[in-house]
Amino acid sequence: MKKFFAMLLALAMVLSLAACGGGSGSGSGDGQTSGGSGGKTVKIGVFEPATGDSGAGGKQEMLGMQYGNKETPTVEIGGETYNVELVYADNASSADKAPTAASQLVSQDVSLVLGTYGSGCAIAGGPVFGEAGLAAIGVTCTNPGVTAGNDYYFRICFLDPFQGTVLANFAQEKFSAKKAYLLGELGNDYDQGLLNYFEQAFDGECVKDSFPANTSDFSTFLNKAVAEDCDVVFCPVSIAYSTQIVKLAASMNLDIPILGSDTLDNNKVLDAAKGSSVQLYVSTFYQEGGSPEFDEGIKAWLNEDSTAMTNNGGDDTIAAVTAMGYDAYYVALEALKAAGSTDKAAVKAALPSLTYTGVSGAIAFDEVGDAIRDTAYIKTADNAAGAWTLETVQTAK
Amino acid sequence: MQYAISILLSGVSLGGQYALIAIGYTMVYGILRLINFAHGDVFMVAGLMMVYLTASLPLAVSVPLVLVLTVLLGFIIERAAYKPLREAPRMSVMISAIGVSYLLQNLATYITGGLPQMYPEIPGISATVTIAGVPTKWVTVVTPVLVLVLVLALTRLIHHTKVGMAMRAVAKDFETAQLMGIKINAVISVTFIIGSFLAAVGSVLYFTNYQSIVPLSGSLPGLRAFVAAVFGGIGSIPGAVVGAFIIGLSESVIKGSSWSIFSDAFTFALLIVILVVKPTGLFGEKVTDKV
Amino acid sequence: MKQTVKKSTWAVLLCVLALLAAVVVLENVLDPNKNIMVFAALKKGAVYALVAVSMNLLNGFTGLFSLGQAGFMLLGAYTYAILTIPAAQRDTVYYIYNGSAVNFSLPELFGGGTAGLVLGVLAALILGGCVAAAVAWLIGLPVLRLKSDYLAIATLGFGEIIRAVFQWDKLGPVTNGANALKSFPTFSSFNIQNAAGETVLRLSTFTAFLLAGICIAVIVLLINSTYGRAFKAIRDDEVAAEAMGINLSKHKRLAFVISSFFAGVGGGMFAMFANQAQAKTFTTAMTYEILLIVVIGGIGSVSGSCIAAFLYVAASEWWLRFLDAETFVGGVKVPLLRNGFRMVVFSVVIMIVVLFFRRGLMGDKELPDLFKKRRKGGAAK
Repeated sequence: MKKFFAMLLALAMVLSLAACGGGSGSGSGDGQTSGGSGGKTVKIGVFEPATGDSGAGGKQEMLGMQYGNKETPTVEIGGETYNVELVYADNASSADKAPTAASQLVSQDVSLVLGTYGSGCAIAGGPVFGEAGLAAIGVTCTNPGVTAGNDYYFRICFLDPFQGTVLANFAQEKFSAKKAYLLGELGNDYDQGLLNYFEQAFDGECVKDSFPANTSDFSTFLNKAVAEDCDVVFCPVSIAYSTQIVKLAASMNLDIPILGSDTLDNNKVLDAAKGSSVQLYVSTFYQEGGSPEFDEGIKAWLNEDSTAMTNNGGDDTIAAVTAMGYDAYYVALEALKAAGSTDKAAVKAALPSLTYTGVSGAIAFDEVGDAIRDTAYIKTADNAAGAWTLETVQTAK
Repeated sequence: MQYAISILLSGVSLGGQYALIAIGYTMVYGILRLINFAHGDVFMVAGLMMVYLTASLPLAVSVPLVLVLTVLLGFIIERAAYKPLREAPRMSVMISAIGVSYLLQNLATYITGGLPQMYPEIPGISATVTIAGVPTKWVTVVTPVLVLVLVLALTRLIHHTKVGMAMRAVAKDFETAQLMGIKINAVISVTFIIGSFLAAVGSVLYFTNYQSIVPLSGSLPGLRAFVAAVFGGIGSIPGAVVGAFIIGLSESVIKGSSWSIFSDAFTFALLIVILVVKPTGLFGEKVTDKV
Repeated sequence: MKQTVKKSTWAVLLCVLALLAAVVVLENVLDPNKNIMVFAALKKGAVYALVAVSMNLLNGFTGLFSLGQAGFMLLGAYTYAILTIPAAQRDTVYYIYNGSAVNFSLPELFGGGTAGLVLGVLAALILGGCVAAAVAWLIGLPVLRLKSDYLAIATLGFGEIIRAVFQWDKLGPVTNGANALKSFPTFSSFNIQNAAGETVLRLSTFTAFLLAGICIAVIVLLINSTYGRAFKAIRDDEVAAEAMGINLSKHKRLAFVISSFFAGVGGGMFAMFANQAQAKTFTTAMTYEILLIVVIGGIGSVSGSCIAAFLYVAASEWWLRFLDAETFVGGVKVPLLRNGFRMVVFSVVIMIVVLFFRRGLMGDKELPDLFKKRRKGGAAK
């Protein structure tokens, strides 16, 4: 008798799980067809962190997509007008949450996926998309491992090797640097990858340090850079640490220039440097003024929408990742148009040959799925005005 | 030379800030035999409250308000999450502490939206001062002094007042103290209030130095402070202070060496070694297990 | 008495088989894309169930409060990943270090193909467990002498140390430093494909269940053996247990090593689930997550841990996801709902369980016990 009961219970459990899954699956399916009366809907998945250590950057990236969606809410696919719906899944900046977040998007029948901010989550979620035959467009995940070995992952940004090299060259040209102090977070593939490429390209001595996660005392590190008589400090760290480092450099009147990667292109970092004598240079994807029309439009939107403003960090400085998110959204629309269908296989097939000129420059994909890009903008913080100014445009050599 | 001084300075100021947190750990552990995992997060919340309060209130109001609110938070946590479990096994209370810590971190993520928050400048201690050619903030100088004053005051409280005597009695023997008519719950509340107050003071000093606050800002200083408390001998206040300065200095020195990536690992290795070699720490009293 | 024990064992076995069969059927009948959340949750649930049970063996059955689970999972995950990345992929994965120091891959050593895959993955998982167990034995020597919460904090510290060591770039050619290890066989590699590359039989979830099931079964057998009874005796009263002639340090070490072995295997499976292994995933927060699963399921209940693992994973990563989205009902924005709210609600629920349902779902009972109780109660009426 009891074995019967136990079996029944076990089966009931499995079935209820399945029923829930089936329920939500068919539910989203219904949504798509019922929306059809006023025009069909196509769904684009947004695979971005909204919490965790890259939550701030992820949100700014989403702003770009949201603004794009607001600006162009419909797309012409195969002669029909579709409403574009963004479907979000928070991967919490954590590789152990990324596969389920990716699965969530797959289950909601999206046509393609945009994201993510960080490479770790992209690598963890990538195989899920690959298995489901769903194409993903990486927006600012710069690690070579994202697209390598995954046919379904594309990306529109440059790669770490490029960025590291560009910054190393810049350090040598601008500051005639002979000795560099490299600082990154321990165990963070982004930081360590860039440090590594910088070191390779830098023709001089490098002092390398890593700090464990959640460190907040950087004074010893900066003092070490001073003591070692370094010409530049290179710290491609995430936003939370970079605000800390820049703030500290400001308070100790550090006279060594600080070089940063695209993560430092953030208004929180700019805020930290404001009013001080810190020399801050960052390499990035987009410089404000690159497309006045886009700048104006998104600023107006940010000032109008308080939630968006908060997500942008409280002011209307445009982060490069926002511009990248915006471009990614339009690339997605182009892909849908080129595919002529909302079918994910067709979208995937249309992507490799796609070209698009966005606010951050021309975008095309090479055979691995990486963007063919040879330009990085290097900007510097104008500490009096609290704004970025363009320093130079660097290309790879 | 300058470099050595800068390491020393940052070690001393870190040590002082850890000391203020470590006292909270050591007092709670001394009385309840509980590692209050949420203590580091209370410290973080105190920092966040400061950020939000100064946005609308002048500093003169918001600093005391933060102290009061943090004390209140510590009190509420004890009443809500630990008191109901007084009779439960120690493991349950510790799990409850982990739960509170999880809740506070998630709450902080929700409210800040995961964005790093900038701690306000506090006139006087935020200003830069140059000591022996090394630029640092006034807070670095103020911290050790303030810690000494607070610790002296606390030791006076513990050794020369009625509450202090009750606390010592409870720490010695929970049940006997109860039988002697000591109001256990009141004493425990006082312990949490003192601990949270010191954590709030610590947070003002700490975040003035390291200005950005994220939801996980409290976890690492919290763990380090706990290690410091163990190092000094858990239950002993001077022990916690000495331990904290040692931990702060050694952390600074390791960061300054080429082994910086092991600065965390070293702290924990130190903990394991102490626990194994001398579980009572530097100043801890020998406890015999009662069967 | 013996008869009933046998009967219930058979019943349990039958249930497990039925469950496995149901998983295979479901996975092949349901649309894999629409229902991908079900299977993602099931896979992660299976992995977490194993890890939670291994933690329960230590915390619930032996009374040793250890918080080193994530560290042991890390050891297992890295061992598994390092041993199974195909030789051809190594240069891509270890691109920073110009190739790996380990230049073989177990599935290939076993001759490749399906047999090689199965044997290689199994061997790598077991080796991962062994590495974790060996390390556990080593650190158990000093650490296990500590009392409850000191043990907890020491093992927690150990997890942090392990993480720092694996992230050290000097070890890069082996551990790949900060970069993730990837391209190794995952659960999906067990889906059977035909010549055209189409999937004909999906076995990925089944594989996760089977591996976790076998490991949990071994743990259950252990718990019901003389060793298990000795563990429980230690948990209930160390002094009394010692007086009964139980060798305390030997049994504690045994429990610690076995628990770490299965945590290591679980770590390997976690890497299979997450498609990558990276040290920064295995944080203290992960240990806390697993601890909370154990608490929700009931400290000292294997079936409780299993059920709680599935509930926890499904709730936190699937059912409650709507709490993160800003929702409009009839044009009015539902207050509070925005990013991060899910975790707040979730942690409040956990606090409620911890405070008011201290025994968790099952207390220290097992599923079959529930039926026994009910029948006895019925008879008494």
